[in-house]
Amino acid sequence: MRATAAEGPAGTAATPAPADVLVRIEDVTKRFGSFTAVSGVSLDIRRGEIFGLLGGSGCGKTTLLRMLAGFEEPSAGRILLDGQDMAGVPPYARPIHMMFQSYALFPHMTVERNIGYGLKHERMTEAQRRDRVREMLDLVQLAPFAGRKPHQISGGQRQRVALARALARQPKLLLLDEPLAALDKKLREATQFELMNIQARTGVTFVVVTHDQDEAMTLSDRIAVMDKGRVMQVGSPTEIYEYPTSRFTAGFIGMATFFEGRVQGVDGPSLRIDLPETGTVIEARAAAGLAAGQAVTVALRPEKIAISRDRPAAANAVEGTVQDLGYFGKDSLYRIRLATGKLVLVHAVNARRTGADGRVADWEDRVWLSFDPEAAIVLAE
Amino acid sequence: MRRRSTFLFTVMAFGFAFFYVPILSMIFFSFNASRLATVWGGFSTKWYAALFRNQQVLDALVLSLKIALLSATCATILGTMAGIALARFRRFRGRVLFSGLVTAPLIMPEVITGISTLMFFILLADWVGWPGSRGFTTITLAHITFSMVFVTTVVHARMLQADAAIEEAAMDLGSRPWQVLKDITLPVISPAILSGWLLAFTISLDDVVITSFVTGPGNTTLPLLIWSKVKLGVTPDINALATLIVLTVGAGVLIAGILLQRAERRRERDMQLAYRANQ
Ligand SMILES: Nc1ncnc2c1ncn2[C@@H]1O[C@H](COP(=O)(O)OP(=O)(O)OP(=O)(O)O)[C@@H](O)[C@H]1O
Ligand SMILES: [Mg+2]
Repeated sequence: MRATAAEGPAGTAATPAPADVLVRIEDVTKRFGSFTAVSGVSLDIRRGEIFGLLGGSGCGKTTLLRMLAGFEEPSAGRILLDGQDMAGVPPYARPIHMMFQSYALFPHMTVERNIGYGLKHERMTEAQRRDRVREMLDLVQLAPFAGRKPHQISGGQRQRVALARALARQPKLLLLDEPLAALDKKLREATQFELMNIQARTGVTFVVVTHDQDEAMTLSDRIAVMDKGRVMQVGSPTEIYEYPTSRFTAGFIGMATFFEGRVQGVDGPSLRIDLPETGTVIEARAAAGLAAGQAVTVALRPEKIAISRDRPAAANAVEGTVQDLGYFGKDSLYRIRLATGKLVLVHAVNARRTGADGRVADWEDRVWLSFDPEAAIVLAE
Repeated sequence: MRRRSTFLFTVMAFGFAFFYVPILSMIFFSFNASRLATVWGGFSTKWYAALFRNQQVLDALVLSLKIALLSATCATILGTMAGIALARFRRFRGRVLFSGLVTAPLIMPEVITGISTLMFFILLADWVGWPGSRGFTTITLAHITFSMVFVTTVVHARMLQADAAIEEAAMDLGSRPWQVLKDITLPVISPAILSGWLLAFTISLDDVVITSFVTGPGNTTLPLLIWSKVKLGVTPDINALATLIVLTVGAGVLIAGILLQRAERRRERDMQLAYRANQ
């Protein structure tokens, strides 16, 4: 469904033609007093995509959304919607709607009136208005609850009312601040797909804020990873996961073990990197730009490391002892202690049913870890 | 443990007795057939009947009600605006001063408020020739100033509990600030506004001190009338009148309390529902 997987490593995606760009955020900074909440953020949001804003608590996600909605003015920088500068345009005049984290439903109005509230500002007949509300009720499957007040429906239903209300006026851009955070895990997973489905049907561009990486990966066409008010990386979920450009991104999205090292030799895209923490020199691949002698960090994803009893015939292999293991049924997570004392996370599928619960290794077993040169993420920092 | 709770209970019983025995005895003696206020002479409602034939009492009652209605309404409008401003506009020049000025009458001794209001009216009459005489207008104005603070306090508290995001949501959906006020803010805080009005109404209805400073000849409110009558001795008709006032004021405060509590309980129930729905 999503074409992003084919885009390849960071940097190869072509910069979109201006017509594709719905919102251009240019070097936007927001300061509250002496505190900088958003710092020099530049982003292009493309027409019709689901754009994920991912980051830890307090990194400025909500602040960025509020600037898009018009509740806060940037301290510096510009926001362009369809090429038009949004500075000084009040929230009620922007074709941008927001779905609030608390949903912010009007408690004294029925579901129907909540959804229809924005339509009173549209030039349309009463019948058209009613049709539109009905259409929205059907879209979020809430028609039987049209006459209820917000406190008479469940949390998941409230979330859908908030979505329908924000979509009723057909905004150019919909901002969703942690749309699923208030739902329990099961409902959240089901709602994720419903959200994607509704986005595909309406064609409205979504900007979704989340601090849940799985949610961001599932929902988004592209993700911006934020840290301390800055955008660390923008890319498709695959790019962000497989080709992180910073230690922060690599650690924030998915799990990874980090090793400090130094480039020993460069041969085209092939590198030899000395990793004292593994006691070996590994072979890796990286984009050009690294020179011998340069200090680098190597990140290894747990599932990219193979674990075996016998020494494998792989380019990169180290020996270690099982320090810890977590058994999850279909798979296990191991913590392997290398001879140097360094702990490495390894993820293995329990493919067989034999042995101790089908595990490859047990506590205190001696094992070999191996990985392909392509698996090592080399970060120049 | 047991001893202590008995002690606490006794203290509490004395406390309540101290508050309510006088009121209950007053109500009791208002049904006294005897002319002597404190000697029981059998049950009778004749003092109530006499009250409603007494033109002086009826005039005072009408005046009091008119003042209470008008001042409570004005105080509610002003107090609601002040409460909303204090809750929503976090930073404006002179905010601390404004909030201090609005709530000062809560702790100001009534005598001081009464004297200063009177001085103000006298000075004003000197400077601009208005108010020429004191009476209905000056009493109403004085009542507005000191009952407004109660409305402000109630509305402010309600505004702080209300989710500010719903106002932003309305604005986000295309409503200008005044439409947001009309469609969202006022309906949501309406129970608080109503209970504020009831408080202001009852406070105005039973005020003696401030009223006595700013009233003029021929303008006797009900509490003032009672006060002047008591100076000539407590008679059963006064007991009857006071009983009626206690019941009216009591009912007003009770309704205000119930309204606030109902709104509070609804909020709690909503929160629980939301919580359970997320389980
Ligand atoms: N009005 C404000 N005045 C002062 N500081 C603010 C204001 N709004 C936000 N901040 C600060 O800006 C920073 C970013 O806040 P923001 O709400 O954007 O974070 P967030 O990424 O949405 O976090 P979360 O995931 O917890 O919602 C925080 O440190 C916050 O304290
Ligand atoms: Mg936030």
